[in-house]
Amino acid sequence: MAAETIKIGAYLPMTGAVAAYGQDAWNGIQIAREMKPTVLGRNVELVLADTKSDKIESANAVSRLIEKDKVIAIIGEMISGDTMAGGPIAEKAKIPMISPTATNPLVTQGKKYVFRVCFIDPVQGEIAAKYAYNTVKARRAAVIIDRSQDYCVGLGKFFKDSFTKLGGQIVAETFCVTEDKDFSAQLSTIKAKNPDVIYAPNYYSPVALFTKQARELGVKAPVLAGDGAQADELIQIGGKEIEGVAFTGHFHPQAASTKLAKDFMARYEKKYKAEPNAFHALGADAYFVLLDALSRAKSTQGEAIRAALAGTKDFAAVSGKLSIGEDGNAVKPMVINAVKDGKFVYLTTVNP
Amino acid sequence: MSLSNLLQQLINGVSLGSLYGLIAIGYTMVYGILRLINFAHGDVLMMGCYFAFYAILIFSLPWWASFPIAILLTALLGIAIDRGAYLPVRRAPRISALITAIGLSFLLENLALVIFGGRPKAFQRPALFGEVLAWGDVRFLTLSLWIPAITFFLIVFLLFVVYQTRTGMAMRAISRDMETVRLMGVDVNRITSITFALGSALAAAGGILWALKYPQIDPYMGIIPGLKAFVAAVLGGIGNVVGAALGGLLLGILEILLVAMMPSLAGYKDAFAFLILIGILLFRPTGIMGEKLPE
Repeated sequence: MAAETIKIGAYLPMTGAVAAYGQDAWNGIQIAREMKPTVLGRNVELVLADTKSDKIESANAVSRLIEKDKVIAIIGEMISGDTMAGGPIAEKAKIPMISPTATNPLVTQGKKYVFRVCFIDPVQGEIAAKYAYNTVKARRAAVIIDRSQDYCVGLGKFFKDSFTKLGGQIVAETFCVTEDKDFSAQLSTIKAKNPDVIYAPNYYSPVALFTKQARELGVKAPVLAGDGAQADELIQIGGKEIEGVAFTGHFHPQAASTKLAKDFMARYEKKYKAEPNAFHALGADAYFVLLDALSRAKSTQGEAIRAALAGTKDFAAVSGKLSIGEDGNAVKPMVINAVKDGKFVYLTTVNP
Repeated sequence: MSLSNLLQQLINGVSLGSLYGLIAIGYTMVYGILRLINFAHGDVLMMGCYFAFYAILIFSLPWWASFPIAILLTALLGIAIDRGAYLPVRRAPRISALITAIGLSFLLENLALVIFGGRPKAFQRPALFGEVLAWGDVRFLTLSLWIPAITFFLIVFLLFVVYQTRTGMAMRAISRDMETVRLMGVDVNRITSITFALGSALAAAGGILWALKYPQIDPYMGIIPGLKAFVAAVLGGIGNVVGAALGGLLLGILEILLVAMMPSLAGYKDAFAFLILIGILLFRPTGIMGEKLPE
C-alpha cells in the first residue's frame, strides 16, 4: 500500500492587485515539485488557496488550509500585508509557514513558525539609498508610497532613513493606494520640487502607471523601485516609458550560479519558453527549503519542521546560497536589475 | 504653489473629471429612466474594455474598428443583462432589482476572472491619443482633449435621443409611470432594452477611454470608476445627464486638488470622494442639478 501523501498548502494571490506574483510563484512551485516530488519516501501533494491579494482572504485561506485540508506546512503569501494577516494563524496552530517574498521585517518578528526565503526591507531600502546616492549621484530624492501596503510603507521609510543618513535630502513625499490609476497630482507636486531621483517602492501596476505618467508630464528624474517591480506586467503596461527603471531584486537568470538554479531554469524554459523571474525562483526556493527541512526533520510534526527550518544553513537555492538567520529571515545576496530594451537586465549583485 | 503648477493641476483635474463624467452619464441615464441604480455599470465597462482588447489581439483589427465593435458588443451584453436578469424582477419591489444588480456585478467580475484571467493586461494606446502637448511647463496628452470632446458629443446625442425621438418620449414616460405606459400600448420591454443598450454602450465608451488613459485592464478595474461615477451622478443630481457630467468634472478636480494641496492625505482620495457622497446625501440629496423632490 502506498504511503499517505504529504500535504503542503500554498496561499497565494492568484487574482487581484498582485496576481502576477501569485501566478508566477505557483508556476515556480509546481516546477520545483516536478524536480523533487517526494520526501521521507512519500509523495508531496500541493493544495492551493487563492487570497485575491486581500488581507482578510489571506487569513481565511490559512485557516482553511490548516483546518480543512490538514496541511503540515504552508508556503505563502507573496506580499507582506497578506502574510502578516495569515502568519498569526499558522503561529497559533504551530504549522510552519514559509513566505517566498514577503520582505517587511514585521512579517516574522516575534514569530517562531513564520519564515521567509527572501531578504528584508531595511537591507533593501539601504541598498536602494546607496545606489541612488553613489551610482545615480542623486542628492535630492522624492518618494511615492502606497499607503495601503505594509511593504511599501516600510520600504519607503527605510529608504528615507538611509538616504538622509548618507547626506541626501527628501524633497517630496507623496502617497497613493494600490488601486490608484491616476498619479498626475502627485507627479505635478514632485515635478515642482525638481528631484534627482524618485523612489517608488510599490507593486508593479502602480510603478508602471506612475512612471508612464511621469514621462508624459515631463518628469525626467530616474525612477527606482523595490523587488515588487519585477513582473512582466511592469514592462507590458509601462511600455517605452518604463525604460531605465532600476530596482533591487531577488533574482536574475544571469546572476544565478547554483546547480539547482541551472536545473530549474532549464526546466522552466522548456515548459514556458521564457526566462524565469524572481517570483518563479522564490516560489521554488520556498518549496526547496521546506523539503530540505522536512528531510532533515525526518518528521511531519510542526515543531520538528520548525527546528529544521531554523537550522537551514548555506542551502544552495535557486536565488543563491541562503541561510535562515535571526527571526526566521533569510541571509542571502541581493541583485540590482533594470529595464532595458523591454527586458529586465542584470546590473550587479550585493552580498550580505 | 506656482501658477504653472496650479494650471497643471487644474488640467489634471479636468482630465480625470471629464472621464468620471463620461462614465457617470450612462449610470445616471439608466437611473433616470428605470429608477434602477445599476451597480453592474462598472463591470459592464470592464467587459467593454476586454472586448476592445481581444478585438485588437485576436482579430488584429485596427483600433478605429475595434472600439465601435466593442461598444456594439457591450450594448448587446446590456440587452442580454436586461432580458436575463432584470426582466424577471421588473414587477418586484425596487430593492430586488438593486440586489440583482449587485449580484450581476459579482457575476461579471468572476466571469471575467475565469475567462480572461486575473493578471492585468496592457491596453495599447494609439498614437493619436498618446501625444504629449506642452505649453510652457504645462503638459497633457492629446487624450485629455479627446475625453471632454467625446463626453460633450455623447451628452448632446443622449439629449437628442431622450427629448427628440419617439423612443425618447417613451423613455421619459416610463420614468414617470411604467404601468400606465404599458396600458397605452408601448412595448415597455423593448424600451428598457434600448435603455440598457445605450447605457452599456456609454459604459463601454467610458471604459475604453479609461483604458487609454490608464492602459491596464483587469477584471476588477470597473469597481472604482463605477463607484466614482455613482458619486458623480449623485453629486450632479441622479437622473440628470448634464448634472452627472458636471458632477464628474467637479469630483475629478476636487480629488486632484486634495492630493495637490495636502499630499499627506493622498492615500485617502477615495475616502474623500465618499465623504462628498455622504455630505450630498445629507444636505442636498437632489444634487447640483436635480429636480426638487415633491412634497
